[in-house]
Amino acid sequence: MATYTLKYVEKKPLSFSLQVLAAAGGFVGLFVGAAQSTMLNGVIGGAVLMAVLGVLALSVLDEKLEKPFRWGVILLMAAGGWYLGGLAGLIVGGLFGWFFGWFIYWIGEGRYRATLLPYLTPGQVLGHYTFRVVCGLIFFFLITPIVVVMPLSFNAENFFTFTPKMLSLDPEGYSLKHYRDFFTNPDWQQALWNSVSIAPVATLLSVSFGTLAAIGLSSEHVPFRRAIMAILISPMIVPLIISAAGMYFFYSRLGLQGTFWGVVLAHAALGIPFVIITVTATLVGFDRSLTRASASLGANPVTTFFRVQMPLILPGVISGGLFAFITSFDEVVVVLFVGSAGQKTLPWQMFTGLREQISPTILAVATILVGVSIVLLTTVEMLRRRSERLRGLSPG
Amino acid sequence: MRLTKILLASSALAVSAGAVAAADMANSMTLVSWGGAYQKSQVNAYSEPYKAMHPDLEVVWDESSNEAVAKLRAMDEAGNVTWDVVDVVAADALRLCDEGLAMEIDPDVHLAAAPDGTSAADDFGDLLVGDCYIPQIVYSTTFGYRTDMVPDGVEPPNDICDVFDLETYPGKRSLEKRPINNMEWALLCDGVAKEDVYDVLATPEGQQQALDKLATIKDSVVWWSAGADTPQLLADGEVFIGSTYNGRLFSVIEEQKQPVAMMWDAQVFDLDGWIIPAGLPEDRLARALDFIMFATDTQRLADQAAYISYGPARKSSAPLVGKHAELGIEMGPHMPTDPENAKNTFLYNYEFWADYRDDIDAKFQAWLAQ
Repeated sequence: MATYTLKYVEKKPLSFSLQVLAAAGGFVGLFVGAAQSTMLNGVIGGAVLMAVLGVLALSVLDEKLEKPFRWGVILLMAAGGWYLGGLAGLIVGGLFGWFFGWFIYWIGEGRYRATLLPYLTPGQVLGHYTFRVVCGLIFFFLITPIVVVMPLSFNAENFFTFTPKMLSLDPEGYSLKHYRDFFTNPDWQQALWNSVSIAPVATLLSVSFGTLAAIGLSSEHVPFRRAIMAILISPMIVPLIISAAGMYFFYSRLGLQGTFWGVVLAHAALGIPFVIITVTATLVGFDRSLTRASASLGANPVTTFFRVQMPLILPGVISGGLFAFITSFDEVVVVLFVGSAGQKTLPWQMFTGLREQISPTILAVATILVGVSIVLLTTVEMLRRRSERLRGLSPG
Repeated sequence: MRLTKILLASSALAVSAGAVAAADMANSMTLVSWGGAYQKSQVNAYSEPYKAMHPDLEVVWDESSNEAVAKLRAMDEAGNVTWDVVDVVAADALRLCDEGLAMEIDPDVHLAAAPDGTSAADDFGDLLVGDCYIPQIVYSTTFGYRTDMVPDGVEPPNDICDVFDLETYPGKRSLEKRPINNMEWALLCDGVAKEDVYDVLATPEGQQQALDKLATIKDSVVWWSAGADTPQLLADGEVFIGSTYNGRLFSVIEEQKQPVAMMWDAQVFDLDGWIIPAGLPEDRLARALDFIMFATDTQRLADQAAYISYGPARKSSAPLVGKHAELGIEMGPHMPTDPENAKNTFLYNYEFWADYRDDIDAKFQAWLAQ
């Protein structure tokens, strides 16, 4: 029986390690083989290679040789990648080598138990890592479609295609011309300008009306609160195309169809539910006696709202506003109906661009928008943390 | 300003009651087209020169031609037509005209005569289909194939039936996701003579025959719905051969330099042109008519051919077609109407499709879903 230490790391028998390594090698070999159009050879080659490397590392070579051995694996796989796929292959091969060099020792030396509770059964350990791998796969599934457009936006050709030049990392296969197109083409610039002038106004309207509605609806003396709430939330629940068609006919009669304010109002209506929901959620934790205390000190309701209530519900207002902004910025269905060509927003331009002329400029715009979203969300999150820290709400 | 307006108005009144003075024309105009290279050719050949003549004018382009019929219906229903001049294919123009959504055009009043004095009606000739349509170009739906995917030792495809020949030309094909053109091609390759195609297609058995022929390649077909799809699929090497509009293929081959070549056999001619929505306010109508008069004259139609390989609809424009504005290549041989390309063409039958479209569409979509 093994002696139990706090960290249950011990060398595994070769029969176990080699099977796992060969399976992993075969799995990766499947993809490498598929790229060379010989899947079977890939699987067998990968499995054999990993088994041989495993035997070398775990039973033939001295443990002290771990570092040189891992470098050796990186070099070996990078060379193999170079042979099969040039420069890009070299990089991918090197990454594989780095991973497998680590993986061989991780499995073979039993290091995978290092961070786990020592009394877990093998089944629980397997379950733990299976869960992690599944989470990783879900993450991969969600993020890949977004990431894959980024290199394509630097394509030197006018198609959504990874050209052989791009795959071999030839600088000639890449170009900034789609970004140049975005910044110089009047259609795109007009669309960008429309988007950035519509979204903030719509956000402002959503936030003001949504916050007021949420505060009103959270006080108990308002009759039919649930019904009113349901109506205000409905733009979020009713299929967008139905709201859009309804707005089209309604706004046409009012003369708002095809005007800047028509689009702003439509987007505000779509953004209000988000603000109501987030603000209502923060109001749940709001202590009503604070408003009474404020009133007892002589503040009128407006002062109370801005000085007492608003600072406390601000996180909800800001995140609601952020959602309202993104709703307006990303919205394509309603603007197609309510707007006319003069209010063509970025998503509209991307939509027509995709349908009529599959141009990588769309990908360049998408990349820029993803970058802007990341910066925006990071900033908000940092501000939120900072204000919490200042108010002493979190130890961070 | 006011003085000129009065002067112009009174002189116009004096000259003819029907003529409208320039000052009474709307200062903005919404043109609807297809986007992409085609719209760009229209901007270059029509709207930019027109704007140069009328610096105050604001021109807005809307890329909505694909859903023009539905949108015009909705606009009409809402009593709020925001478009001034709309680019549509002939079949859509006929529908809009029948429904009273497009204005009727008198070619001799609303369109310019040819430079040699030939009346517009004669100059456009048979292409003036319907009462509302002002044709601009003749385009064709035809095939392009990857030259590097032709199997070794095999002649490149040069016959429409090569599309249906999976043995000689393996690989995916892209075809439009609608029955028009596909059904005709299928029958042509199933032994039906060219002149009998529409007679056969009018019968349920004939429709089934066409679908059965299409079924032989169904597993290898990628269905497209936007004109840009086939160029993308060809550039990707995703398909070996695919149908699309000839101008799109020209751009793939000559501008994007992809290894693609044309297969003109049994190309199907169709028209693209303008309509003016019915019931425009007077000032906007005056602007739209003025623009149409300018943009469809002999020189302008020939100019458009310098940007895209579609044939001008006027006979008098053909001799004026020159070189591509940027590439400097002779455009004549790239026109679908060039005798070399038009050895075997297929005439699209508007009346047949107006009568049978809904029925065959339903059958085709049901067959697709099988």
